Amino acid sequence: MAKNDLKLLGGWFSPYALRVQIALNLKGVDYEVIEETLNPKSQLLLKSNPVHKKIPVLLHADKTICESAIIVEYIDEVWTHAPPILPQNAYDRANARFWVAYIDDKWFSALKGILMAEENDEAKEAEFKEAEEVFERMEEVMNKGSEGKAFFGGDTIGFIDIGFGSFLSWIRVLEKMNARKLIDENKHPGLIRWTENFAAHPAVNGLIPDTDKLIEVAKAFNQTLKARAAAN
Amino acid sequence: MADEVVLLDTWASMFGMRVRIALAEKGIKYEWKEEDLRNKSALLLQMNPVHKKIPVLIHNGKPICESAIIVQYIDEVWNHNPKIMPSDPYERAQARFWMDYIDKKVYDTWRKLWLSTGEERETLKKEFISIFKQLEETLGNKPFFGGDMFGFVDVGLIPYYSWFYSYETYGNFKMEEECPKLIAWAKRCMERETVSKTLPDEKKVYAFIDGIKKVLDSK
Repeated sequence: MAKNDLKLLGGWFSPYALRVQIALNLKGVDYEVIEETLNPKSQLLLKSNPVHKKIPVLLHADKTICESAIIVEYIDEVWTHAPPILPQNAYDRANARFWVAYIDDKWFSALKGILMAEENDEAKEAEFKEAEEVFERMEEVMNKGSEGKAFFGGDTIGFIDIGFGSFLSWIRVLEKMNARKLIDENKHPGLIRWTENFAAHPAVNGLIPDTDKLIEVAKAFNQTLKARAAAN
Repeated sequence: MADEVVLLDTWASMFGMRVRIALAEKGIKYEWKEEDLRNKSALLLQMNPVHKKIPVLIHNGKPICESAIIVQYIDEVWNHNPKIMPSDPYERAQARFWMDYIDKKVYDTWRKLWLSTGEERETLKKEFISIFKQLEETLGNKPFFGGDMFGFVDVGLIPYYSWFYSYETYGNFKMEEECPKLIAWAKRCMERETVSKTLPDEKKVYAFIDGIKKVLDSK
């Protein structure tokens, strides 16, 4: 496969784009990364994702695939060699899809909520409670499903690892900006162990963005969200 | 050992209807358990502790939640014909994309429209109709979203047809005028027994929603 047949339209700050990179790296395929400017959105983005106008978009020859979880499943189905990203068993697959959908629903809304709450302590505390519930559940999933193994997927990185691990840097952003732990050694020993394994994995290593650089993005994102909320 | 299949559901839920259609397409026998969402059963709370929502499919005692995930599970476990998901990875990605689009847009926009008043209602109505226009565009000239075959997106969207009368009445528009191709598609789907026997009567749905609205308005 020629390198220019496979392109990822992404952003270094985007956990969703990171999911796609990790999946492609796991499969060992060659690809090109196009860094999307987002402000304004490029013609390529508007053309390849007219419905949502969001990154990531996977450009595979003449095909475009959107939505990170859908792209990861696509990658797993096109490049069927090991390692498999989705579990082999139908029930485990449904379970993996459930938890990634949960992360995209509950975790993402808590993340956005905490970023937007800024000085509003009461609202922020409510969002942190939501976030704490997410981590409590993910700790349960880690301990129940993987039986002491390195990843949610067992011995290798799988769908849930990619879905949740892609947010590691943003978890660290929230922890640093608010001087509090989301992943706690006492409450989440399984997750602590997992974050180390995940960050060290060759498919992930070096891709996790710098926390301080992301904090700058967080502040800018916050401004954009506030402006949009004020305009509505 | 025979499969034990139980579905926790409510009669008017589009999400539950998706699962019922999928089970019917595959010819799977199951026990249907209606939930009272104001008084959720211990079984529901045990089987879906995270969201406490229906539908939940319980297969040999193990729960599967989230309708789009349940439908894929059914297609994968009972993998005889008719197939619900396409076999080509790109077409599968497209099917998942449009199911996701329906899930992101239709219900939330409807709920806002339903609860809105005055000027806001007009804006939301336009937004709501545009979602269906997008879906109509996606359908194009194909008989089904899946192409020649009734498939994943068709299963995902057709339950909403039983709510169209309610949308039209609250929103003050006619879906046939706005999206004639979509109505033609819906009628085509209704020719399938699995669909026509699953979807409830639209007037019954309206009476149900109207009943809730009256309670909400009186508060």
